Amino acid sequence: MSDAKTRTQGQLFDSEQTAPAEQAAKTTKQKPAKAAPSEKPDKADKAAPPEKGKGQTAEQMAQRQREISVSEFFTKNRHLLGFDSPRKALLTAVKEAVDNSLDACEEARILPRLLVKISRIGQSEKQFTMTVEDNGPGIVKAQVPNVFGRLLYGSKFHRLRQSRGQQGIGISAAGMYGLLTTGNPVRVRTKPGKKGIPLYFEITIDTAKNRPDFTDKVIEWDKDHGTEVSIDMEGEYRRGQKSIEEFLKLMAVANPHVYLHYTDPDGNVTEYQSATKELPREVEEIKPHPHGVELGILLRMVNESENRALSAFLQNEFSRVGPTVAKEICEKAGIKPTTNPRRLETSDIAKIKAAIDATKIMAPPLSCIAPIGEDLIIAGLKKEVAADYYISTSRKPVVYRGRPFAVECGIAYGRPGDTLEMTADGKIIEKSTQKPNEEQLMGAADEPIRLIRFANRVPLVFQHGACAITKAVIGTNWKNYGLQQPRGALPIGPMVVFVHIASVWVPFTSESKEAIASYDEILDELRLALMECGRKLGTHVRKGRKLANEFKKRNYIETYIPHLVIALQDILKLDEKTAQKARDNLTTVLEKSRKL
Amino acid sequence: MAAKKFTPQPQPKKKDRGPHSDLDKVTLREIKNCATHVHTEIEKVGKPELKFPDRSLKNARYDKKDGYFVMGRSRVERTLSVNTVKSFAQTLKMMSLSKELIDADDFATKREAYYVSKNWDEAKFDEQPESDAAMDDIEALFSLEGVMREHLRFKADEHGGKVAGQLIVLDRDRESGRQLRIDCTGFGSGAYSIPSSVEHLGFETKAKFILVIETIGMFERLSQHNFWKTGNCILIGTAGVPTRATRRFVRKLSDAHKLDVYAFNDCDPYAFSNIYRTLKVGSGNAVHLNQFFCVPNAHFLGVTPQDIVDYELPIHGLKDVDIKRAQDMLKNDPFFQAHKEWQKAIEMMLKSGQRAEQQALAKHGLNFVIDEYLPNKLKVVKQFLP
Repeated sequence: MSDAKTRTQGQLFDSEQTAPAEQAAKTTKQKPAKAAPSEKPDKADKAAPPEKGKGQTAEQMAQRQREISVSEFFTKNRHLLGFDSPRKALLTAVKEAVDNSLDACEEARILPRLLVKISRIGQSEKQFTMTVEDNGPGIVKAQVPNVFGRLLYGSKFHRLRQSRGQQGIGISAAGMYGLLTTGNPVRVRTKPGKKGIPLYFEITIDTAKNRPDFTDKVIEWDKDHGTEVSIDMEGEYRRGQKSIEEFLKLMAVANPHVYLHYTDPDGNVTEYQSATKELPREVEEIKPHPHGVELGILLRMVNESENRALSAFLQNEFSRVGPTVAKEICEKAGIKPTTNPRRLETSDIAKIKAAIDATKIMAPPLSCIAPIGEDLIIAGLKKEVAADYYISTSRKPVVYRGRPFAVECGIAYGRPGDTLEMTADGKIIEKSTQKPNEEQLMGAADEPIRLIRFANRVPLVFQHGACAITKAVIGTNWKNYGLQQPRGALPIGPMVVFVHIASVWVPFTSESKEAIASYDEILDELRLALMECGRKLGTHVRKGRKLANEFKKRNYIETYIPHLVIALQDILKLDEKTAQKARDNLTTVLEKSRKL
Repeated sequence: MAAKKFTPQPQPKKKDRGPHSDLDKVTLREIKNCATHVHTEIEKVGKPELKFPDRSLKNARYDKKDGYFVMGRSRVERTLSVNTVKSFAQTLKMMSLSKELIDADDFATKREAYYVSKNWDEAKFDEQPESDAAMDDIEALFSLEGVMREHLRFKADEHGGKVAGQLIVLDRDRESGRQLRIDCTGFGSGAYSIPSSVEHLGFETKAKFILVIETIGMFERLSQHNFWKTGNCILIGTAGVPTRATRRFVRKLSDAHKLDVYAFNDCDPYAFSNIYRTLKVGSGNAVHLNQFFCVPNAHFLGVTPQDIVDYELPIHGLKDVDIKRAQDMLKNDPFFQAHKEWQKAIEMMLKSGQRAEQQALAKHGLNFVIDEYLPNKLKVVKQFLP
C-alpha cells in the first residue's frame, strides 16, 4: 500500500521485539530491569512453551530455547490478528488494506477513491482473491517488500498521531495468511506519483526470518498514482451482518469524504458516494506525554536518547516539558539535571518515573486529534442510514494516561414512514418516504438498537460485548430518553447509535483491534457523549410519541363524527350541505381546539 | 360468515300507521329537541353538551309520604370531546332508532336494539350493557317529560315473574284485538308469566292480598299446595330481584284493587335491599322512573331476623359481602335510614352474624310454612317491617 512517503526507515526495527517489549513492560512493572530491549519477550516464551518433562537439565532445556520470529509467533496465533475463521479472515484482510489506503491518501492530502473487489478463485467457494486499489501517493520501490512482506514494519507504531493503522501488522499479516492458505504471493502494483515508474511486485514472507522474498518488474499502468494490492486467501463469503458490505457501509458512514466502489464475487457493484470534498483535518504528530509513559518505555527512551543531559532529554523527548517542569522533575527525583541519561541506573529511572507522576504537567496538545465533527457525522449517517431524525455530539478531546482522545456520538432514529409529522396548518400526516431497498442498518421498533462502533474512523465489527463503547451504551439509562431498555442490555427501538473514539493511541483489547479497553476516562467521556445525544433524542422521541397519541385520538374523532352527523341528519332531516357543515364544524371544534 | 356480503334491503313499513298518540308526540318532540340542541351548538362551532340526570343512589331522595325514591337535582353533564365523541354518536344513533321505531309503530327488545347497532360500523356497541346504558341515558334524559323506555319503543328482554292464584288477567289478542281473559288459577302445575309490557293489562280478582315470593322453589310449594286458595291471595314469584315489568304488574294490580302487598324473602342483606327495597321504592339506577315501577304499599312479611330466633331456624354465617352490604345500607340507603324498624332488624342481623333462607322453614316439616308460619304471620300484619 501507499505508505512510501511516510514510512520511516526501519532503524528501530532490527529487532522484532519492540512491540512485545512494550507488552512485557506493561506486565512486569515490579521487575523493571527485565524490560531491556535485548531481552527475550515474555510473549515469545508463551508461544513456544518448553515441553513439560521430568528430570530435564538446564542444559537440555537450553538446547530447545531459541529466538522466535514474530512471523512464526503470529503464524501460530493468527486469531490475535483477526484471522481465526475463514469468514473473518476475508473481512480482516479488506479492513487492513482499506485502512492503509485511507491513511496514506489522507496523509498525502488526496481525497480517497477506493476500489474493493472480492472474486472467487476458479469455481471455489473457499478461495478468494481480495483486491484493493487506491488513488494514494504510491510506495517507493525499496519499501514495497517491507510494507507487504514483513510483520511489525510500519510508520505508525512509533508516532503519536491519529491514524487507522497502529502496529504495522495488518496488511503483512493478511499477506502471510494468504500465503499460508493458498501458497500464492501477495501481488502489488504501485505508482508513486505522476512521474513515478509503475511497478509490479510478487511478495512472499520468510516466516522464520520475518523478511520478504520478492520479484519486481516495470509495468504499464494507466493511473496517475496509487497502489493496488491483491491477496489470494482461503475465506468464506457471506452477506448480512459482519459482512464486507456492511463493513464498507460503516466505513462510508464514518468517512464521508471517501468514495468506495465495491464488486462482490457475483459481480454486483455497490457504490458508496462521498458526502463531502473536505479531507479530515491534518493531524500533528506529538511526542509522548510524560504521564502516559510507562517505566519500560522510559527505560528504552533513556537508552536510545542522544541527549547528553537529563533535563534536555526530558524537554526534547516529551511534550509539555519545559525547563521549569524538567527542573521540578529532576529535583523531585533527586537527580542532577545535567546527568547523562545513559549513565542512569534502573533505580534512578524508577525515581524519575515517580517524580513525573508527582509533577503537575500541562495536558498534551490536542491538535493531534481530528474528530469527524458533528456535521459530518450526520452527513455520513444520512447517506447510509435512512432515518427520520439525526443528531450528533462531538466532545472536546481529553486525555487518558497522557494520550489525547475524543469521543463522538451520533444517533439516527426512526424508520422513515413509521412516523408522523404535523403540517403548518395543524394537520397530522404520516411522513411519506419511500423505504430504500438496500440493506438497512436500522432494526425494527421492537428490536434492540444497532450500535456501530468506530475507532479512528475504522468500524469495529467483532467483539461487541468486550468493548468499552458497548458497556457505556448499556450503562446509559435510555429510559430517561423515552426508550425501553431491558436490564443490562441495549435499549429497544428503531435506532442506530454511532460512537467514534479518535485518539493518537486507541487502547484496543487485542492486536486484532476489535474492542476498546474500558479505561475510566474513556468510559466517562463515552457516557457524557451518549447522554448529550440522549437528551436531544429524548425530546424528539417524546414529541413523536405525543404526535402519535394525538394522531390516534384524531383518527378516533374522525371515525365518529360522521356517525354523529348521520344521526342528526336522520332525526332533523338535514340536507347534505348542512350535514357537511356540521361535520366540518365538529372537526374544527374537536381537533383544532386540542393543544399540542 | 360467507365471503359474500349480505346487504339488507330497506324494510317496507309494516302498516300505515295512524296519527301518533299524544305520548308518541311527546317522545318525538323530545328526540327532536335534543338533536336540535346539539345541532345548534355545532352550527355555532361550539361544543354541544347533554345533561343527563345522575342515575345513582346518591341522587335518590326518599320521602315516606311519596313512598318511593325520587330523583334529586344532580345532573351529569356530558360535553362533546375526544373521550365522549363515541358515546355521543351512539346516543344520537339510539334516539334516531327510537324515532324510526315510533314512525313504524314497532318495538325492539334491548337485545334487538343491540344487534341493530351492529349496522352502525364503528359506532356499533361492542357489548349489550353498553347499548342498555345508552338506552337508560336517553330514558333518564326524557323522564322529566314522563317518557319511559317503553315509549321509546324499547322492550326489556328480562323474564317476567310467575303468577298463580285468584286472578283473571285481561289481555288483548294481537291478531284480532279481542279481549283475552286469563285465569291464573288454571295453569295447573305451571304459572302465568308476566309479559314485558303490562300497561295494557286489566285485572279481575277477589283476593285479599298479594304475596311476592323471592324464590321459585317457595313459589311452587305454595302454588302446588293451593295456598292461594286457603290464604285467599295472589302468589307472585320473582326469582330474585323483581323486574320492571313485575314491579309494574304488582303496582297496577295493587292499585286497581286496593290489595296489600307482602314480601316473603330470604333473611339476608341482599333480600332486604336489592329485592325488597327495589320492589317497594325502586332502585338507584332507575331512580328517574321509580314513580311507576315501585310498590309503596308493600310490607315485609319475612323471614326477619326475629323469625330466626322465634322459629329456631337453621342459619348460615354472614359473608364479608353481606356484612359490607348491610353496613352500606345503614350508612347510605335513604330508605333504610328512614325506617327505624329496619335499622333495628339490620343491626340485629349484624349482631348475630346470621342469615337464613326461606326454605329453612322446612326444618319443621315441608309444609310447616303453609300450616304454621304464614298463617301465624298473617295474624299480625301490623308487625310486618315497613
